[in-house]
Amino acid sequence: MRVAICGYGAGNVRSVEIAFRRLGAEIVEDVHGADLAVLPGVGSARAAMAGLRARGHDVALRERFAAERPILGICLGLQLALEETEEDGGVPGLGLLPGRAVRLQEGRVPRMGWAEVGERGAFYFAHSYTAVTPCATAWSEGVVAEARAGSFLGCQFHPEKSGTLGARYLEEASSLSRV
Amino acid sequence: MAGGRVVKGIRFQGLRDVGDPVELGAAYSDAGADELVFLDVKATLEERATLVGLVTHVAGRLAIPFTVGGGVRSAADGEELLAAGADKVAVNSAALERPELVTELASRLGSQAVVVAIDAERGRVRSRAGTTETGRDAVEWAREAEAHGAGEILLTSIDADGTRAGYDLELTAAVAAAVNVPVIASGGAGNARHVAEALGVAQAALLASILHENPERLALLRDELRALGVAVRA
Repeated sequence: MRVAICGYGAGNVRSVEIAFRRLGAEIVEDVHGADLAVLPGVGSARAAMAGLRARGHDVALRERFAAERPILGICLGLQLALEETEEDGGVPGLGLLPGRAVRLQEGRVPRMGWAEVGERGAFYFAHSYTAVTPCATAWSEGVVAEARAGSFLGCQFHPEKSGTLGARYLEEASSLSRV
Repeated sequence: MAGGRVVKGIRFQGLRDVGDPVELGAAYSDAGADELVFLDVKATLEERATLVGLVTHVAGRLAIPFTVGGGVRSAADGEELLAAGADKVAVNSAALERPELVTELASRLGSQAVVVAIDAERGRVRSRAGTTETGRDAVEWAREAEAHGAGEILLTSIDADGTRAGYDLELTAAVAAAVNVPVIASGGAGNARHVAEALGVAQAALLASILHENPERLALLRDELRALGVAVRA
């Protein structure tokens, strides 16, 4: 399987690469041709969106989505796929799915650490913003942990940092590309 | 860490070589650690190249969050560590000298990737691996670090470090009450009860000495924590 990671010049895309390589995937540059495109998630929204645009990933991801080709968004990658995020004074997203990202209001922020996702077990979270979307498919401590729309799957947690459960999650996400 | 090896002392003194960072890191990841922290206490210029190389090796073996600190003086230093495979960067002395560094790192990497490490003795902050007095109050500095964009505070009690007599709960509770970001308690872990106590006042607890001599102890410790009613992931 060929996986394209849509980097934006900041953040740790290496751990995502390592995690997919462990699953036997080949990391490729071509976002259009890959079996799975991954929108990783570390950094701040404005810089990330500018980085995506500068590399043409915004257009490539919208085209992939329109063609119903699989995309996985991780953490900020999920938030950037929404219509808008209120981070950095408000940044328009890719609009692949309805909804917006808002700042977490409860508990310590950033929300860091391992937390249960529904009945699936514990995954690692590190975020200050959270998705508010009608497309949510899983929750963790009251926040959206996962959302799906068309060929897009987004998770708020970091599967690449979530041990064996996380690896299994990435494997399942990869299998979407074979359907 | 120092000189590319894992070292540990007592109250920051008498550092002993306790192992290879790549081997220990992988062993902890396999034994169920929730997170791994590398702090290079020497952090000289030559040391930084060694550190980046080690981070690259260790990151290849991990599937858990990885925090790295040592000699980070600019946002570019932080980016270099993230590019090597770290998820978070810890800053200590350089942030005390120039608190804007925390803001610069947070705006480039995101707050969630910026850990401010504080070494405190009797409630006062010391810098340069504990060798230099700063005259600052640890609680005040934690609050200021948060205001500058720190996403986490790693609080090490020099008084408790390596003693295995329990964490400095009073100081940890005071810092946790002063900030709204997560606080990691560090220094003094001797047994599961100590860890449970620390998790009563902080959001995470760091372990070093008691594991380094026997990494397999981590699995046992997790069972003991479960028996004490602490939520430990499966």
